Amino acid sequence: MKEITIALAGNPNAGKTTVFNSLTGAHHHVGNYPGVTVEKKWGRIKHGDLRIKVVDLPGTYSLTAYSLEELVARDFVVEEHPDVVVDVVDASNLERNLYLAIQFMEIGVPLIIVLNMVDLAESRGLKIDTTRLSKLLGVPVVPAVATKGKGMKELLDVVVNLASKKDEWHPINISYGNELDRHVDELTGMIQKSSLKIDHYPPRWLAIKLLEQDEQVQKLVRNSDIGEDLLKRADRLERHVRYTFDDVPEGLIADHRYGYITSVCREVVQRIMDERLTLSDKVDKALINRTFGPLFLGGIIYLTYTFVFWTSEVPVSLIERLFGLAREVATGVMPDGLIKSLIINGIINGVGGVISFVPLIMLMFFAVAILEDSGYMARMAFLLDRLLRYFGLHGNSVLAMIVSGGISGGCAVCGVMATRTLKNPKERLATILVSPFMNCGAKLPIYALLIAAFFTASEARVMFALTILSWGFALLTARVLRSTLLKGPHTPFVMELPPYRMPTLKGLFIHMWERTWHYLKKAGTIILLVSIIIWAMSTFPKPPEELVSGISGKEKAQAEVSYSVAGRIGKALEKITAPLGFDWRINIALMGGFAAKEVVVTSLGTVYSMGEVDPEASGVLSERIKREPNWNPLKAFTLMLFCMLYAPCFVTLAVIRKETESWKWTGFAMVYATVIAYVVSLVVYQAGRFLSIGM
Amino acid sequence: MMEVVRLNELEIGEKGKITRIRNRGEISRRIRDMGVVPGTLVEVETKATLGDPIEIKVKGYHLTLRGHEAADVEVERIQGVK
Repeated sequence: MKEITIALAGNPNAGKTTVFNSLTGAHHHVGNYPGVTVEKKWGRIKHGDLRIKVVDLPGTYSLTAYSLEELVARDFVVEEHPDVVVDVVDASNLERNLYLAIQFMEIGVPLIIVLNMVDLAESRGLKIDTTRLSKLLGVPVVPAVATKGKGMKELLDVVVNLASKKDEWHPINISYGNELDRHVDELTGMIQKSSLKIDHYPPRWLAIKLLEQDEQVQKLVRNSDIGEDLLKRADRLERHVRYTFDDVPEGLIADHRYGYITSVCREVVQRIMDERLTLSDKVDKALINRTFGPLFLGGIIYLTYTFVFWTSEVPVSLIERLFGLAREVATGVMPDGLIKSLIINGIINGVGGVISFVPLIMLMFFAVAILEDSGYMARMAFLLDRLLRYFGLHGNSVLAMIVSGGISGGCAVCGVMATRTLKNPKERLATILVSPFMNCGAKLPIYALLIAAFFTASEARVMFALTILSWGFALLTARVLRSTLLKGPHTPFVMELPPYRMPTLKGLFIHMWERTWHYLKKAGTIILLVSIIIWAMSTFPKPPEELVSGISGKEKAQAEVSYSVAGRIGKALEKITAPLGFDWRINIALMGGFAAKEVVVTSLGTVYSMGEVDPEASGVLSERIKREPNWNPLKAFTLMLFCMLYAPCFVTLAVIRKETESWKWTGFAMVYATVIAYVVSLVVYQAGRFLSIGM
Repeated sequence: MMEVVRLNELEIGEKGKITRIRNRGEISRRIRDMGVVPGTLVEVETKATLGDPIEIKVKGYHLTLRGHEAADVEVERIQGVK
């Protein structure tokens, strides 16, 4: 069977994802474009006797070389030479959406325009003459309502029809005004006469890009025989344009493209109703109001968390009970010995702690998908951009920080993945590095344990203080990073506020499942491995018989732990951690916490010889710790601060590695956070001792 | 009466017609890609709590940008429109 490739392009918020989902269903693959962190989705479908590979290009407004998304989309189209490019266009926002379509036409790809959300456009009083639009542009136009699956079959018919023609590419020529056209023609002539043959790039398009000072195209032509000559000429023409028009060529080119589009729209769009305030506009009057906007923001975040925790409570406890059951069964049926210990302490406890978080994480992703798909996330960025800019971050950093646990209970794994919305690599890296300071769900059991033991009188206040402190540390660190290692200009905050939309259930589930699967796959394997390693480290070597001959039960277990590799490392580390008030038992717990912060509680339980301790029901352990003579509120508070700040867990590190594609930054994330944790804890503990606070 | 001002000087609810874009580099390109080109009508919809960023309506949709970036966009204030 013959296979063709179509590329799906379009502005963000034009409904591209909906079209992709409704074309490919759930049968699609997610990956990264080679070498960049831009997500690549593709799927295969059959239509008639044709197999169609649908590649989802990143959502873009333009095809310049400024952002990674735009470059990826452009490179894919020119280099992979798809048989057809399908441009999804928001019918209610035709003018701006056609800007991208025009650029595809200038490259010359076989193009189909999907006029999406025609129902919405009509309800807003716009009537679009699709036949006329198609004729004027010389491109097939398919009206559609992707959320309802309308127009999809027609689209595929047109795709098949267009692909069967196998036309040569026909770039269209738009006039950029007399003066600029002359310059473009001059450069085009030079390119055509030369031996410069750059695969599929049309000569005129190359000329335009050279005039626009497009770095990628400059690199492309530099090594040809006329490269130097061409660049010099382009430079001179560019200067000339700047001098005569007091504007840059790319600006004039954009203006003329829009001029062309405006004239097309004038002919095809008919306003059948006066413009009214849409419901979305009315909602926004309240939600991003100068005074009430921040209040609504707080309320919505609060609601989101309430929803996530309320709905995840039952499934989380169910899974925990399942693992408890597994533990009981294993304890009952298996003979005592190493294998049993490995399965119970290593695998069931370690993996169970992580798997039981899956419902929470799924629901968190679900809630985030609602915020994103409905359009509210963009408003959050709008409301908070000013504040975050002060700390060297970007409005879009908010999402990552909140998801990481900005309101206690998130997860840095999701947060780091959420930084993809940040375009500037430095702002993104800074956000990735500080997000793990937030109070993720795994830190909560630690706080719960220690607060229950030492701060019963002021539980809520301590919890609130920890939240404020985590934001404070994250923002201040961001500010320091951005003025030292990650120095660089702010990226402009230019963002569309899309109309509010009811998210589709299918879209939400696909979103949620994609990310959850990522988490399960990457996280599950690493956690399992680390759990086994930690188990082995705290089991071997076995103490010699004479050391444990007289004792049994919990005391014996404790003696074994202290003799093991983990115990010895814990003791060796005491030299370093003593100034923080941490003994070897806490050190072991903290080492376990490198794998996953929940492990701190279970490890404390083990080393304080309480046997298995359920991280959620830590009451007994807190009683025990409270009675320990060398514990006091100051030490507990220091430990909480340390846990808040020190190295992100392994799963987060794995995700950081994946997102930054750099071992160097991954290592940095681990080391610098631990150093900060150490310094902060040291200052707090020593100052507390000096002032005799909490002793 | 035509009065040329900077885009960020328009009050909430005021309209203007873009006359000139003085931004350069990436930002010039990005706002033009988004439809902020000479001759286009803009309306300031709202400003965030600290007065920045601002939200404008342009070509029928909502766009946000920072005051700093809006300052280089010159507009003709359209009088008498609320």
